[in-house]
Amino acid sequence: MEFGVSESQQILKDTARKFFAGECPMPEVRRLMETDTAYDPALWQKMTDQGFTGIIFPEEFGGMGLGVVELALLMEEAGYALLPGPLFSTLAAGAIIDACGSEQQREKYLPGICSGQARGAVVFLEAGASWNVSDLKLSGSSGKLNGTKIFVCDAATADLLLVPCEDGVYLVSSGTPGLKITPMKGIDPSRKIYSVTFTQLPAERLCGNLGGLSRAMEVATVALTAELAGNMQRVLELTVGYAKTRKQFGKPIGSFQAVQHMCADMYLETESVRSSAYYSAWALQESASDASVAVSIAKMYASDAARNTGNRGIQVHGGMGFTWEHDAHLYYRRAKASETMLGDATFHRERIAQLVVDSKTVSANV
Amino acid sequence: MDLNLSATELTFRDEFRSWLAANVPKGWDARRDQSMEQRFGFLKSWQRRMYEAGWAGISWPREYGGRGASLMEQVIFWQELALAGAPPLANVLGVGLVGPTLIAFGTEEQKKRYLAKILSAEEIWCQGFSEPDAGSDLANVRCEARLNPAGDHYIVNGQKVWNSYGWAADWCQLVVRTDPAASKHRGITVLLVEMKSPGVDVRPLRQMTGETEFNEIFFHDVQVPVGNVVGKVNEGWDVAIGTLMHERGTLGAGIQVTYRRNMERLIELAQQRERNGRPVSEDPVIRQKLAQCYAEIEIMRWNQMRAFSRISATGVPGPEGSIQKIFWSELNQRFQQVAQELLGPYAQLEAGDPLAVDDGAWSYGYLRARGNTIEAGTSEIQRNIIGHFVLGLPKSY
Repeated sequence: MEFGVSESQQILKDTARKFFAGECPMPEVRRLMETDTAYDPALWQKMTDQGFTGIIFPEEFGGMGLGVVELALLMEEAGYALLPGPLFSTLAAGAIIDACGSEQQREKYLPGICSGQARGAVVFLEAGASWNVSDLKLSGSSGKLNGTKIFVCDAATADLLLVPCEDGVYLVSSGTPGLKITPMKGIDPSRKIYSVTFTQLPAERLCGNLGGLSRAMEVATVALTAELAGNMQRVLELTVGYAKTRKQFGKPIGSFQAVQHMCADMYLETESVRSSAYYSAWALQESASDASVAVSIAKMYASDAARNTGNRGIQVHGGMGFTWEHDAHLYYRRAKASETMLGDATFHRERIAQLVVDSKTVSANV
Repeated sequence: MDLNLSATELTFRDEFRSWLAANVPKGWDARRDQSMEQRFGFLKSWQRRMYEAGWAGISWPREYGGRGASLMEQVIFWQELALAGAPPLANVLGVGLVGPTLIAFGTEEQKKRYLAKILSAEEIWCQGFSEPDAGSDLANVRCEARLNPAGDHYIVNGQKVWNSYGWAADWCQLVVRTDPAASKHRGITVLLVEMKSPGVDVRPLRQMTGETEFNEIFFHDVQVPVGNVVGKVNEGWDVAIGTLMHERGTLGAGIQVTYRRNMERLIELAQQRERNGRPVSEDPVIRQKLAQCYAEIEIMRWNQMRAFSRISATGVPGPEGSIQKIFWSELNQRFQQVAQELLGPYAQLEAGDPLAVDDGAWSYGYLRARGNTIEAGTSEIQRNIIGHFVLGLPKSY
C-alpha cells in the first residue's frame, strides 16, 4: 500500500503550479474577474497546449488518458492559483460526454474538449436547487427543451452545454436558437454563473450509458474538492506568512497561541481535505466499493473546512484581511461559492446517511 | 498511489487474521475478574501466547525476537488486533516504547538482558516521565539522580505522576535530572529502575471513570546501578523524545478500527431503537450527526494512510503526526457525545444497571473520552508543535 504522490504525479503537480503562477498570477486573476466572463482566450490556448482540458480523456480523442488522481492534482493547483475561467466546467462537461455519450458522440465531441476548441458547461440546477438527479423536472421527452436552469458556471463561454434532465442528459451547442444565457450576480467574481433558458430548443440526447451520469458528477465533485484543497493551502500559506512578519507588542503575532492555534487548525483541515480529495479520487479511479461514500465524505468535509479556513485566514490578517485589496476575500468567495456547488455539507451528510446508515450491514473497511 | 495491500501485505494480514481467529480467547471481554491482578495475569498469559507464535513485537528486528515487520505490516497488525477484538498486550509499554528505545539507544548487554523478557511479558515495564511540575513541559523534570561517593550507583529521589501500569511493573524507564546546573534540555538522563528496589512507592490515582489506570510513584533514596543508564549521561532528552516519537506511531491504526467498530455499533443501535414511534436512524438531525462522525472516522484513516506512507518513505515519524493526535482525540469526544444524544437518558446508565445499553459501555466511553485530549500530549501542546515545528511560527512559550 502506498498513499503518496508518485514521481510522475509530482512532476505534473509542479508543472501545473509553475504554469499557473507564471501565466495567471493574482493581478491577472483580478483583471479577469472584472471582465464579463472571466475568460481569456490567450490563457486558454496556453492551458490547452499543456493538455489540461484533456487530462482524463482517452488518448484516441487527443486526451492525456490519465486518471482521476491526476485530475485532482491538476485541480488542486488550479485552486491554489484561484484560476478563473472554464477549466473546471469544461472538464466536468467532458466527463459527462465521456460517461454518457455513445461511441459516435464521444468521437464527435471529446476531441474538441481535449484540444480546447470547445469549452463546456454543466447545466444542472433548477429552481428547487437540489443536486439530486431524481429531483430534476426539466424534460426533453417532447423532443424540445423548455424551461430554465440556474447557477450554471461558465455558460457564456461554453460551446457545449450538458443538460441533465428528468429523462436523460442532453447536449446543446451554443448559438442554437431558443437558448438564452443571462448572468447571475454570484459571490465569486472569478467564476461567473448564469441562468440558462431553453425555449422550444431542439437538443441532442446522449445515448450511451445513462447510468454514467452519477459517476461523471462524482468525478466533477472530486475535482471541486481538490480545488478547495488548493484554495485552503494558499490561504494557509498567506496566513502563516503574515503571522510571521506582522508585529504587535514587539512580537510577530504568530508567536501568540491564540493566533498559532488557528493556524494549526487551518493546517489540520487543509491536510484532511487533501487526504480526502486524493482518497476519493483514487477510489473513483479504481471503482472501489466505497467510492460514492468517499466522494460525499470528501465534499462534505471540504465544504465546511474551506469556509472555516477562509474565516480563520481573514481573522488572522485583521483589518488587512477585510480589505478589497487583499487576496484573502477572493479565496473566501471562491470557497463559499464552491461550498454549495455539487452539494453542500448537509446535502452530502444525508447522502452518506443513505449509503451507510440505511444499509443493512456495515462492515469495517480495512 | 496504490491503496491496495501488496501481495506480501495480504499474506501477512491473512496469516495474522487466521491466527487471531483461532487464538483470541472466546468471550474474554465478558470476563469479570476478581482483581486487577487476576485480570493482568490473564493479559500476561495472552501476550505469552502471542510471543510463542511470534506475534509480539513484530516491528523489532529479527535478532531481538521480532519479525522486522515493515511499517505497513505494523499498521495491519494493529488493525487486525482491533478488528478481532483481541485483548491488549500486558506489556504494551515495554513492547511499543521501552523495547524500541533500548534497541535504538541501549548497550548490547542491556539488549541481551531485557528485550526477550519484554516480549514474553515475563517482565512488565512502565515509564516514569511526567511529574507534577513537568507535564506538557516535560523537560522541566526535577526527579533527581546523584552518583554515590563510590561512583557505582545513582541515588534517585523525587516523584512521578500519570504513570500507567506502575502497580504491575517489574521495571521502569525513568527520566531523571542528573545535572541541575545544565540548561533545561541538557542534564537529563534515562535510567532503568527495578520497581521492587527499596524506596520505590507506587500509589494508584483514581480517575473520573472510577478506574485506576494511572499511578504516582515516589522515589526515596532508590539505588540504581550506573550500568542502568540508557544512552549517554546528561543526554537523556534525545532518548526520551525518541520514545515519544514511537508513541505517535502505528498504534493509531488500531484506534481507527476501534472507532469504526464503535460507529457500526452505534448505527445498529440507531436502526434498532425507536423515538417518537420510528427508528432513531430516521431522525434527520441524528442522521446528519451520524454521517458527520462516520465521515470523520474515514478521514482519520485516510490521514493516517498518508502519514504512514510518508514515514515509510522517510523513515521517521515527523511532527505532522501531531494532527493525528488532535484528530483522533477530538473526534472521539464528538462521537461519544453523538452516542449520548442518540441514546437519550439511557446513555447515562453505568455497568450493572439492567437498563444500561451495552452494559454501560456508552457512559464509560463518554467519560473516558474526556481524557483523550489530555493524555499523550494535550491538544494545546499538539497545536504548539504544529505551529512551531510544521508551520515555522515563532515559539509561543
